[in-house]
Amino acid sequence: MVDPVLEISDLRKNFGGLVVTDGVTLDIGRGELHAVIGPNGAGKTTLINQISGLITPAAGTIRFNGADITGLPANKRAELGLARSFQITSVLPRFSALENVALAVQARIGTSYRFFARADCEQPFNEAAIAALAEVGLAGREHTLAEHLSHGEKRALELAMALAMQPKLLLLDEPMAGTGHEESARLIDVLRQLKGRFSMLLVEHDMNAVFALADRISVLTHGRILASGAPHAVRTDPKVVAAYLGEEME
Amino acid sequence: MAQTLAAFSTVPLRRPDRPGLLPAMIFLVLALIPAAATLGPQSYLLGLFTRVMVFAIAAMALDFISGYGGLVSFGHAAFVGIGAYVVGILGAHGITDMLVSLPAALLASAIFAYLTGTVCMRTKSVYFIMITLAFGQMAYFIAGSLAPYGGDDGLTIRLRSTLLAFPFLQNDRTLYYFVLLCLFLAYLMFRAIVYSRFGRVFRGARENPTRMATLGFDVFRFQRVGYVIAGAVGGLAGFLLANATEFVSPAYMSWQRSGELIIMVLFGGIGSLHGAIVGAAGYLLIEEILSGITEQWKLIFGPLLVLVVLFARGGLLGLAGAMRERLARGRPRA
Amino acid sequence: MSTGLFVVQVLNGLQFGVLLFLIAAGLTLVFGVMDFINLAHGVQYMLGAYLAVAFYALTGNFLIALVLALAAALVFGLLLEFVVFRHLYDRDHLEQVIATFGIIIFLNQAVKTVWGAAPLTLPIPEMFSGSIVLMPGLLYPVWRLVVIAAGLAVALLLYVLVSHTRLGMLVRAGATNARMVSALGVDIRRLFMIVFGFGTMLAAFAGAMIAPILSVEPGMGDTVLILAFVVIVIGGIGSMRGAFLAALLIGLVDTLGRSFAIDILRLVMPPSPARTVGPAIASMLIYMLMALVLYFRPAGLFPSRGR
Repeated sequence: MVDPVLEISDLRKNFGGLVVTDGVTLDIGRGELHAVIGPNGAGKTTLINQISGLITPAAGTIRFNGADITGLPANKRAELGLARSFQITSVLPRFSALENVALAVQARIGTSYRFFARADCEQPFNEAAIAALAEVGLAGREHTLAEHLSHGEKRALELAMALAMQPKLLLLDEPMAGTGHEESARLIDVLRQLKGRFSMLLVEHDMNAVFALADRISVLTHGRILASGAPHAVRTDPKVVAAYLGEEME
Repeated sequence: MAQTLAAFSTVPLRRPDRPGLLPAMIFLVLALIPAAATLGPQSYLLGLFTRVMVFAIAAMALDFISGYGGLVSFGHAAFVGIGAYVVGILGAHGITDMLVSLPAALLASAIFAYLTGTVCMRTKSVYFIMITLAFGQMAYFIAGSLAPYGGDDGLTIRLRSTLLAFPFLQNDRTLYYFVLLCLFLAYLMFRAIVYSRFGRVFRGARENPTRMATLGFDVFRFQRVGYVIAGAVGGLAGFLLANATEFVSPAYMSWQRSGELIIMVLFGGIGSLHGAIVGAAGYLLIEEILSGITEQWKLIFGPLLVLVVLFARGGLLGLAGAMRERLARGRPRA
Repeated sequence: MSTGLFVVQVLNGLQFGVLLFLIAAGLTLVFGVMDFINLAHGVQYMLGAYLAVAFYALTGNFLIALVLALAAALVFGLLLEFVVFRHLYDRDHLEQVIATFGIIIFLNQAVKTVWGAAPLTLPIPEMFSGSIVLMPGLLYPVWRLVVIAAGLAVALLLYVLVSHTRLGMLVRAGATNARMVSALGVDIRRLFMIVFGFGTMLAAFAGAMIAPILSVEPGMGDTVLILAFVVIVIGGIGSMRGAFLAALLIGLVDTLGRSFAIDILRLVMPPSPARTVGPAIASMLIYMLMALVLYFRPAGLFPSRGR
């Protein structure tokens, strides 16, 4: 692949005797939406945590836009353009939706070592935040405290925060989890709109979402990539059908 | 987008943005105390409220890091003690000018905060409390082992801090107003910081440090900066305390003192800066009143603390708020 | 500095370490299982000493006094748990700190009221009074050896209990992930009461055993408590093994440091500044050790997983 956004080489991680990541090699190209699917316990969240920097791999390398980020802490990776959402929504509960996103903007623009001027009046932050919130369908909910948002709205808020970072790669850890039918449809629409703007790594169980959005799919089982390629190829790969999809397809 | 901007500009600002009546009233009362003091036992009232304000400064700094930053420090008195000892040690060598001793006190506390903070900030909640306790003890023992400066018995300060050779703080009344000024400035500073860009990150780090890291913030650095600021302000309190009591001793940094500061913060209601003033006043006044009643006042005070924790959530201000609510509910509808 | 002095100080260090372990053991499990900061643990130690003195005055027999003191301390501890502590488990750590701080204030004063502020003493039991000859010209008090032996015996007992019994397994699991254990149907509150009660008795035992050597006075639990915290932080919360190793380490470093700091410093600086700086550095030693350990291992040497 020419000039990939993310290159993972032979990544390994174990917790005591339990091997969770067993030599994962994966590439994501520019503007690509790459889905990772696999049964529970396959090691998907651990993989995302290693990419975003919350867990240190035991071996292997991760390259982001050509640079080796394997040893970098999470905040440095975010600075380089790596954003993520969490499987269990992770926002700032007692901040308003606007402030949550404004903080994401603040991380990107200018310095946060300003001690005396009020931050919530800063127009550049607020404007960018309002725009991001509108994109994910949260217009009008700016002043609601994050803890008072519905589950689906919190998921959208996380997405808005990620957008505000103007990422080069967005890691999505099961964004559809716990959302109802209507909310998932809306989320799929939002994600479809974002396709092409930046690369995305989507870990998901919801097959509708996966096949509606993915450019390529990798199947992760027992910490290893079983198959990787275009959606229809993966869908019909006998190994994959046997190991995972079975009748859940269609 | 124009629509949402318009909506935003008509939405009223939320409650914490308005300074509120209570802090203004508190400072007004404090400004009037010296006048009241002439009516009664003068130096007693003045001295008491000078101490109240000094501890309020320290408690406010503690409220900043624990209430807003989620960093509950059980070693905060160390900064107060360090500031006080700088005054004492410089004084023992004949240096009393506050243009030297005040910055020195701030710097010494800030350095201690930086060094211990570097270790403490890597740890979580329960560990953090214990580590700050341990570092406070360390400062306490070091101070106690400084034989040339009084060791365990402490050091008397012969002359209060001067300003360019002028005995600026010698008069109790002047000292009172100087402390009040420091308290007021500290209050304004902390209020500004809390709502600043830095303050937002600092508060966010309390809510969800993982989220903050994945947004691109080096949480460790931000928390350490906040800790250093609080340490320096603690050093300011120590500088003022040494001048007010004309004495320094290792007891100023004992873990009991750190505990008292935490109590003051809780009494006032954690996470409200002016609450620290209420808490300091409440604590010292209760101590004065109870110890006037009986020598065994701690037998009452101990259980009182337990009861406050169990039943008075949000401290005295919280109680006041709850009472106000109950009174409002009891009033017949107009 | 002679070998004899060194040996004596090593033994003293072990004795101190064993004492710290007895106190830290209960504390670390309480933290680990219930995430409850109990500052009042130090007063259990103090109560053990005072009760031993009181019961000795009544019975004239150390062993009976010890047993009675343990029983009384256990009852008192459980009472405290019932009346105050159990209302604090789901509270902020800050609030737990203040409430238990209030208990310390109360009990330090209560002890002063009942027994007076003057330090009390407890005579060493006949059988163990006196010293034995360790090396030619080197005498060491028998009672201190008894304390070391008793402490090690208790440590062994705890090890057996924690690693080889079902109860011990539950405790270890609870320290790792209390919610999970509770979800598996174990009555976590009752488990905790057992852990708490045991910890209380350990602290009281330490207090009673040390009473013949140290002076029994109000506030004696406070400094020891903080050292116990340092032990737990270095050893890792919830880990008995960590507490044991850290306690011995701290006991040795502190004792040897205090004895030999001046001498060691005299190797690199003239005697007069060494005499001033020495005690200061000696007091800092364990805290510097703690800072060093935490810098590389923020969760201690043997952190239990989870939570």
